[in-house]
Amino acid sequence: MSADALPVTGTSGFSRWANDHRKWLFASPAMAFVVVLIIFPVAWTAYLSLTDAEGSVRADKEFVGAQNYLDVLGDTARFWPAVWRTVQFTGVVLLVEVVLGMAIALLLWRPFRGEKWVRVAILMPLVATPVAVGMMWRLIFDPNIGIANQVIGWFGIPEQPWLAGPGSALWTTMLIDIWQWTPMVVLILLAGLTSLSEEPQEAALIDGASGWQRFRFITLPLMMPTVIVAILLRGIDALKTFDILYATKGKGGGSYNEVETLNVYAYGLAFDYNEYGTSSTVLIIFFLIIIGSMWALTSRRKAEY
Amino acid sequence: MLRRTATGSALVLAAALSLSACSGGSDEGEGTGSKTIQVTLANHVWTDNIKAALPEFEKETGLKVELTQLGEDQLSDQYNVKLNAGTSDLDVMMYRPLQEGKAFGKNGYLSDITEDTKGASEWNWGDFQPGPVEATTYEEKVVGVPIITETEVLYYRKDLLEKAGYSAPPKTLDELKEAAAKVQAANPGVAGFIARTGKSAAVTQFSSFLYSFGGQWADDSGKAAVNTPEAKQAYAYYGGLIKDHGPKNVSTDMSWPEAMAIFTQGQAAFYTEASSLYKNATDPAKSKVADTVGFAAFPEGPAGSKPYNVPSWALGINEASENKANAWKFIEWATSKEQTLANQKAGVPSARTSVASDPDATSTYPKDLVEAAAAGAANGVGFDRPRVVKVPEARELVGQPIVDAITGKDSGASADEAAKAFQALLDDENK
Repeated sequence: MSADALPVTGTSGFSRWANDHRKWLFASPAMAFVVVLIIFPVAWTAYLSLTDAEGSVRADKEFVGAQNYLDVLGDTARFWPAVWRTVQFTGVVLLVEVVLGMAIALLLWRPFRGEKWVRVAILMPLVATPVAVGMMWRLIFDPNIGIANQVIGWFGIPEQPWLAGPGSALWTTMLIDIWQWTPMVVLILLAGLTSLSEEPQEAALIDGASGWQRFRFITLPLMMPTVIVAILLRGIDALKTFDILYATKGKGGGSYNEVETLNVYAYGLAFDYNEYGTSSTVLIIFFLIIIGSMWALTSRRKAEY
Repeated sequence: MLRRTATGSALVLAAALSLSACSGGSDEGEGTGSKTIQVTLANHVWTDNIKAALPEFEKETGLKVELTQLGEDQLSDQYNVKLNAGTSDLDVMMYRPLQEGKAFGKNGYLSDITEDTKGASEWNWGDFQPGPVEATTYEEKVVGVPIITETEVLYYRKDLLEKAGYSAPPKTLDELKEAAAKVQAANPGVAGFIARTGKSAAVTQFSSFLYSFGGQWADDSGKAAVNTPEAKQAYAYYGGLIKDHGPKNVSTDMSWPEAMAIFTQGQAAFYTEASSLYKNATDPAKSKVADTVGFAAFPEGPAGSKPYNVPSWALGINEASENKANAWKFIEWATSKEQTLANQKAGVPSARTSVASDPDATSTYPKDLVEAAAAGAANGVGFDRPRVVKVPEARELVGQPIVDAITGKDSGASADEAAKAFQALLDDENK
């Protein structure tokens, strides 16, 4: 009997074997899950990205090496604009959501009357399905019959094309994303705020620190780990946004590819054009971009703390 | 206690193994195929009618039909995923011969049913119109049976036209332009004209304009022709009509549901669209203008009135299906003369000659629509989009000048660009 095995009195060979290999046995479902659902798809995508697969993935395909990568990286018509839109979209929504989320979380921090109702109301957008949300906003932002133009009309602002305008579509989708996902940031930050201890705040109050000083030099530094978590979670999600963009502008992100981010582009390549090789290439590059930016974010955090 | 843990984990493991073995299990009865037919259909009036008649088929044959019904986009995504994986759990597929026919044929997704169509003498393959049959034939093999045909017609609002002093709809494209302007002026707040505006969605409806101006997607030698003077004129006309007489702030993403909504909300006077969608405009539950909508043949251009007249949907059998014989039985029933007639009476035009010429079949249609559609069938062109394998990509290329014309850009220059890109696609496919 090996040192770490439990005493087994049974004579069955299988129980003995299972007992001796407990760690593998119990970890195997999780390992199988990782292999089947994570490693295999990524490896398969990486393989496809090196071939000229198109039409049907079961059709004959040739190994083309790095050709797809050269083609994609040299494509200034669709690929690079899509990269830029992805960066723009993620950067803007992340900034607004974190700042706005922090402001709302601070407002909700202290107990007040009707707190429960306000919290529920603020969380509403979060529980709605993104595709349904997209449909709803599409009606709201309809340039001719939508309510958005009526509302801004009351304030004397001229009618806007919103989703219909080549220049304004991406900004409008950002607005929708901010509406839907700020509550999640609020939720995370609020959890962080409620776990802060009161003492540093009291000490600062006694020292005569202003509200802003207390936020800037006490609350914010103490909250930094939570803020990083919020940025990380939201950042990954924002980079991968698909449902809102697809539900509001359809395949290809509109007739001028106005809201075509990397994710929408890769989807179009695979499902519309059936160019699986190129699509896989875009996805692998996208995957590397996400990993890279997350690595940059977390390594900075380690250096600071 | 400890011993029980070890046996317990062994049991869990065994259960997991046997479960995974189950999921791979297949249907009973090889050779003759399963008694259950997996049928995937698109959301369409045709589908609703067939669904209602299904019990009849099941009773007659003793087979069971498992029906999946999806929207157009979801349908093609489903096919993409399932056919790519080589699934056998699709038997009968409703597909668009002009959109997916060539790609499916090339990928070997569609089963060769030439023998079946020849064998069924009573069902009579010869009764199907030659144009649609050509579209469901791939490399001389029959791979599908056309079920629905459509042509482009002019939808218009009788009341608005009257107000502007017109007693009849325009006969030519020049008259249409003039009337759109006049009707718009006489009815403030209403657009003169609306049609699809999305880069890809507009292509099929634009095709009738292209043909009527004397243009083509590609010439007879297979060279891209979307930058000929005729084609440029057509682009400028279609886009200009929407830009000058369409709704303010018009979206450039509209497919038929959006464009139809503007028309049926009473916000546009003229609308060019597929005849098969007419129920959306004449059904009072869906349309505010049901009482005042009229139909006319597609207006004449410099080359005459040349709307598309196409088989929009067909039924085919999945090559990987293990139940082909029964799948054919379903197709034979669903495309039989009786079912076709019933469907045509319910508003779905078919590809069967005997039904099309049966006056009884169109007795429920608006009279002006029957005439308009007959004109389309007589002069029509058998395809409404470029005939290539990569249809989705080609549509985006040749659709760009439409959008550019709508937004007031130089559609001529855009057509030159489009021709170049389209030519590259053609070269790539003919390599």
